[in-house]
Amino acid sequence: MEGRMNYENDLVNLKATELRLGLPGSDEPTEKKMRNNKRSSSEISEESRTSGVTDQAAGVNDEHEESAPPAKAQVVGWPPIRSYRKNCLQAKKNDEVESGSGMYVKVSVDGAPYLRKIDLKVYRSYPQLLKGLENMFKLTIGAYSEREGYNGSDYAPTYEDKDGDWMLVGDVPWE
Amino acid sequence: MESSELKGGKDSQISDELSELRMESSELKKAKESPISDESNRRSSFPDEVLDRVISLLNSHRDRSSVSLVCKDWYNMERWSRTHIFIGNCYSVSPEIVARRFPKIRSLTLKGKPRFSDFNLVPQNWGADVHAWLVVFAAKYPFLEELRLKRMTISDASLEFLALSFPNFKALSLLSCDGFSTNGLAAIATHCKNLTELDIHENDIDDKGGGWLSCFPESFTSLEVLNFANVTSDINFDALERLIGRCKSMRVLKVNRGISLEQLQRILANAPQLTELGTGSFTQELAQRQYEELESAFNNCKNIHTLSGLWEVKGLYLPALYPVSTRLTFLNLSYAVLQSDELAKLLVHCPQLRRLWVLDTVEDKGLEAVGSNCPLLEELRVFPADPFDEEIVHGVTEAGFVAVSYGCPRLHYVLYFCRQMTNAAVATVVQNCPDFTHFRLCIMTPGQPDYLTNEPMDEAFGAVVKTCTKLQRLSVSGYLTDLTFEYIGRYAKNLETLSVAFAGSSDWGMQCVLGGCPKLRKLEIRDCPFGNAALLSGLEKYESMRSLWMSACNVTMNGCRLLAREMPRLNVEVMKEEGSDDDGRADKVYIYRSIAGQRRDAPSSVLTL
Repeated sequence: MEGRMNYENDLVNLKATELRLGLPGSDEPTEKKMRNNKRSSSEISEESRTSGVTDQAAGVNDEHEESAPPAKAQVVGWPPIRSYRKNCLQAKKNDEVESGSGMYVKVSVDGAPYLRKIDLKVYRSYPQLLKGLENMFKLTIGAYSEREGYNGSDYAPTYEDKDGDWMLVGDVPWE
Repeated sequence: MESSELKGGKDSQISDELSELRMESSELKKAKESPISDESNRRSSFPDEVLDRVISLLNSHRDRSSVSLVCKDWYNMERWSRTHIFIGNCYSVSPEIVARRFPKIRSLTLKGKPRFSDFNLVPQNWGADVHAWLVVFAAKYPFLEELRLKRMTISDASLEFLALSFPNFKALSLLSCDGFSTNGLAAIATHCKNLTELDIHENDIDDKGGGWLSCFPESFTSLEVLNFANVTSDINFDALERLIGRCKSMRVLKVNRGISLEQLQRILANAPQLTELGTGSFTQELAQRQYEELESAFNNCKNIHTLSGLWEVKGLYLPALYPVSTRLTFLNLSYAVLQSDELAKLLVHCPQLRRLWVLDTVEDKGLEAVGSNCPLLEELRVFPADPFDEEIVHGVTEAGFVAVSYGCPRLHYVLYFCRQMTNAAVATVVQNCPDFTHFRLCIMTPGQPDYLTNEPMDEAFGAVVKTCTKLQRLSVSGYLTDLTFEYIGRYAKNLETLSVAFAGSSDWGMQCVLGGCPKLRKLEIRDCPFGNAALLSGLEKYESMRSLWMSACNVTMNGCRLLAREMPRLNVEVMKEEGSDDDGRADKVYIYRSIAGQRRDAPSSVLTL
């Protein structure tokens, strides 16, 4: 997740150096500041918060990630939605913004009459993906090992990378 | 999941408490025994054992408060038989006072921060730390069984202290709390041998991993309620499966997003007795056989009446729920992004629904389906999927609201987030549903008028308070003049909680409310043109209320000081913003009655006047 968020971090830092004056509680927020509110997971993006002249939080901490598009002015604490719910929605939104509603790839198996499509976003790790493939095609792939690949199984999952080379599934870290 | 939200229900009446405690202290001063001639006559015809038995059966705090005011005997009998205490504001009383009056408490419900802390309006270290309570209770109530906290701060150290100090501890519920991490949960799991309930709900948790769940020992079998939807990191599924397997009395299980459909199926196969279920992620590539297994697992759960979770739901898999849908009374889809047709298809199978929570992605069409399929509906909450994006033109409108009201005449609780509303629509809604007790309407753009007539939304809320005589809770929004508050003051005779934002024209508005609503207990106001005159008009009233919050209004430090001086039994707290200094404005004011005096744990940013 962090990798994809980088460009938004730069945007945040620019904004963070802006300083304008305004009365507390005014509708048009003048400055966006990040606040680390003890995030439950690094994947859940920060909620961007406005503050007029002052900084409410005791300290602005390390984790800075902008969640909502910075263009629109936002009023603190409005609409009145609990932080927890906001964070869940933002996390969901970021998922979708990044990759649309799914990351579908074609899968073909030697000897199978037709191809299938699977949504990679549904899986979080290689073992899960392999299990999904096993279920879908009713075959066994066996365990992956770095040294021997899928030794001892009838099928080995491979994919074509952007260079057009056929690669064994599992070498590269899942992210 | 607010199904397990702390329901104040019958809130303890602090004004009653105040008078009771005044009575107690004056009685103690007299230091005499009670017998009076007519009392002994009464006593002989109404033996203590009977009275005691009757009083013990009382559960409502209001009833108990009333009973305790009859005479000293009844007061004593009540205090000895009370086992559950509800404290709506942790600073209104001290743990020592509580322990002195009630010797036999086994269950405690405590609420801390002002409600606007949920929306980041309260500084981080404001207070409401439960530790001082735990220390006193460890000494006075070593047999404590239940602790339910809302908007309190609780540290890992406190959780561990709790787990180690109370050998009979059974139920822990944390809602909208902060200050703890998964390590604290691990301490609870490790040490609480008799735990029946662990309900971790919408908190700000420092998530350090899912290992906490594996801390339940293999010998542990008592868990009946487990809600960890809020604790995001992946737990060890094998540990969870084993835990569920040995806790045969488990009836409520709400898992987090990390639990897949396949895992859910295995859980359900082993726990068909569940009555409340929160699923994990409702999306996964399922082969036909797996889907059938899932459906079959749901089919075996004959007792599920409450369903939630459904993260990342795939409309395609919703039919797996049909076997349980017919029995559902509460369906929480507020984390499920559903379109109108998907919801409509599902609701056809949910005729028994009493409570429904949805996202506004279902749009008006989805709400029409609610009206058509759920005639028994009593509660509807519509949350915004994209609250901060004003370019969105989707969501729900007044049309959806009206459609529900036609189909659901029993509706009495509504929370509705929308981007447009009309006076006429609200008037129609309350005409169809006159029994509203909770009416919370949030038009998301501050100060927005009736979008058809461009008039203020005064008549909408006027209609609400005139028609809904049982109204207890009201949240207003949109462009409102003082007229709205005149209506509220004149008609809302049962109103207990009022939330106001970006509304009103002058002090008069707030004065109407303070002067007119006899049962008002909680008033929270932000960004309104109410100043000192309004604040001080409520001088006499605040002692009969739990609390008043005013932020970004026109109240000044001098006004607050005057209030504090005149009313010594109120705590008047002003939250200072760094750098805002003494331009005289009191930007955030929190006023509450208390018999515990000024609190001693306020941070430097909070000034008690």
